Amino acid sequence: MEAHKNSVNLVLRKGRVIDPAQGLDAIMDVVIEKGTIVEMGPGVGPPPAGAAGEAAKGAAGRSERSRFKQIDASGKWIVPGLIDMHVHLREPGEEYKETIASGTLAAAAGGFTSVACMPNTHPVNDCAAVTQFIIEKAREEGFCRVFPVGAISQGLEGKNISEYGDLRAAGAVAVSDDGRPVMSSLLMRRALEYAGTFGLLVISHCEDLELSGQGAMNEGAVCTKLGLRGIPRAAEEIMVARDIVLAELTGSRLHLAHISTAGSVALIREAKKRGVPVTAETAPHYFTLDEELIFSYDPVYKVNPPLRRLEDIEAVKAGLRDGTIDVIASDHAPHSAVEKDIEFEYAANGVIGLESSLPLILRLVNEGLLSPLEAVSKVTSNPARILQIPFGTLGKGMAADLSLIDPEVKYGIDVSRFKSKSRNCPFAGMQVQGKALMTFVGGRVVHTG
Amino acid sequence: MGFNRKDLLAIRDLEVAEIEFILDSSQSFKEINARSIKKVPTLRGKTIIHLFYEPSTRTRTSFDIAAKRLSADTYSVTSSTSSMVKGETALDTLKNLEAMKPDVFVIRHSASGAPQMLAGRTTASVINAGDGMHEHPSQALLDMLTILDNKKRLDGLNVVIVGDVFHSRVARSNIWGLTKMGSKVVVCGPATLIPPDIESMGAEVSNRPEHCIPDADVIMVLRLQKERQQQMLLPSLREYSTWYCINADRLKKARKDVLIMHPGPMNRGVEISPEVADGPYSVILDQVSNGVAVRMALLFLLAQR
Repeated sequence: MEAHKNSVNLVLRKGRVIDPAQGLDAIMDVVIEKGTIVEMGPGVGPPPAGAAGEAAKGAAGRSERSRFKQIDASGKWIVPGLIDMHVHLREPGEEYKETIASGTLAAAAGGFTSVACMPNTHPVNDCAAVTQFIIEKAREEGFCRVFPVGAISQGLEGKNISEYGDLRAAGAVAVSDDGRPVMSSLLMRRALEYAGTFGLLVISHCEDLELSGQGAMNEGAVCTKLGLRGIPRAAEEIMVARDIVLAELTGSRLHLAHISTAGSVALIREAKKRGVPVTAETAPHYFTLDEELIFSYDPVYKVNPPLRRLEDIEAVKAGLRDGTIDVIASDHAPHSAVEKDIEFEYAANGVIGLESSLPLILRLVNEGLLSPLEAVSKVTSNPARILQIPFGTLGKGMAADLSLIDPEVKYGIDVSRFKSKSRNCPFAGMQVQGKALMTFVGGRVVHTG
Repeated sequence: MGFNRKDLLAIRDLEVAEIEFILDSSQSFKEINARSIKKVPTLRGKTIIHLFYEPSTRTRTSFDIAAKRLSADTYSVTSSTSSMVKGETALDTLKNLEAMKPDVFVIRHSASGAPQMLAGRTTASVINAGDGMHEHPSQALLDMLTILDNKKRLDGLNVVIVGDVFHSRVARSNIWGLTKMGSKVVVCGPATLIPPDIESMGAEVSNRPEHCIPDADVIMVLRLQKERQQQMLLPSLREYSTWYCINADRLKKARKDVLIMHPGPMNRGVEISPEVADGPYSVILDQVSNGVAVRMALLFLLAQR
């Protein structure tokens, strides 16, 4: 998208500004002009046009600003534009599931202003040409910023590393074989070393494919009762442990995607204590939904890694609370009825999440698990720091990427109103609280709801 | 209490009184099978479709005979491959067949949960004739009927299920059924063939037949598929048979009135020896006979709905 083309000049008045990068949580006005934040502070917003006393004050600058669009943000949160560092936009190649346009519109509707999109498209994003295509397409048709993630291995085949130098130069912010693990320890070592050369982050999908085998859900009592093959927690944890050891060996930055088990959280916590350069993310479904939902055999609950036990949910929450898990990302994975409205065992893995993430994160605040600053950091300052992108905070002179959130409004999640092309949302009908009222990217209004 | 469900999908769903009612009903159908003219007009004008996505000889024939002895019209739709390979989804196949107004679908599918999914999309009744590794409810009912015939009760018994419990829908349905009826179930096999957390279903676990055979009132032997040794589950069929085959030697310490059962098809010499399969304790062919009576009862109860 064209930043600050079609941007509006406006004042968000008396909102609760929550900006974790600055440790800021205060009632303020935010003034946006030509796509940039030009002023922030208590009472800095000019009075509305024609307001009593304006003429008397006579300040020329302020009277000009008084022509700005005024938005009363009292009782609302003003946060840096949310960042989802793990989504699948499906373009190029599977446009019937999602496109860059529809996926970024869904992002905007969910309060997100930046997304990092995974490379398992067709063709795979393992070269500069595909990365450039995504960036171009996002600029032309997108509703938020798009940061492509390149493939760790050429064609996601797990054999040889991709051209990281070219990917970086074309605009990729990280590499990952997401959707598939890197089974070869040697390839993972080389990827970490070579990515470090170009300052690229390596994002690992941790799964030992031999241990997960034909598994369709978490291994344990529920899979036994349902006659479904299980994916043991060890399939994730063994690779978390391996990748931590390799990050330590290489000194390269490693980010662990979609963490789902108590054992993984413990391994990451211990690695961080040792100073290993590792960060981690989880997804709302891993702290909200448990495996017992699969008693319905409804493929909407089929996802990889699978929904786990209540004790894993508790451990993931504890990891979010103590900072072991830095980021919440949706792993937005659109699928059509062709892949989802079939037998559970044959159905594709994945759930959509961009339009349900925010209220599920706010649940953690309402439960008292996270402070508003902590919760917002998981989708702003932390992913920005990990991806090394200049967003995720509000400040004078910065691009006006921000979300206006109503933290109080209660409603049921209505999938029929989603902007995403797909409907594989496991939260449909759930009663939640809090939504994005407006989303601004470079001062442009990309969502009002 | 009667049986008022639209579908029979899993023993796990059933109340004790429902199981008792089905078994009582089955007893009354046995007599028909002993007549020289084995047909009654009970389900005349009813249409039953056997929708089999997995090969089956015994179960499909048994359901078909049961339906025909009740004078229902039956049709078979079979596929040696999955619906996805054929190109049409199972759901589309079901909807097309439903448009022809059948009363009951008897469904076998290699994917666990498929009959549940399909049952939710049709107003016709669905009987699960075996889904993946999940359940095979009519088999457990015929097994319980056979035990009842011989032991005159289903409570307080000690039932050992030995073999490949991991992949067995028969074992799962029997664990639910027999524990609901008040018996103890011990599953026995090497750890690689025991499902995780099977204790959560109410079964006990033993890894050695010699530990559980002496107390057993009933020993159910499960089929061992020969391909299991390629899946790192077994070193060899020879070793499996050495340690787990139910043979005359192993039965020396068994009770004198032990029942030997097998859902078929048997691998003689692998999980069961011929002298045991054909020996005095074996009720394996009684199971097959009872299968027809149980399926007549199920079709009667569902098609009359």
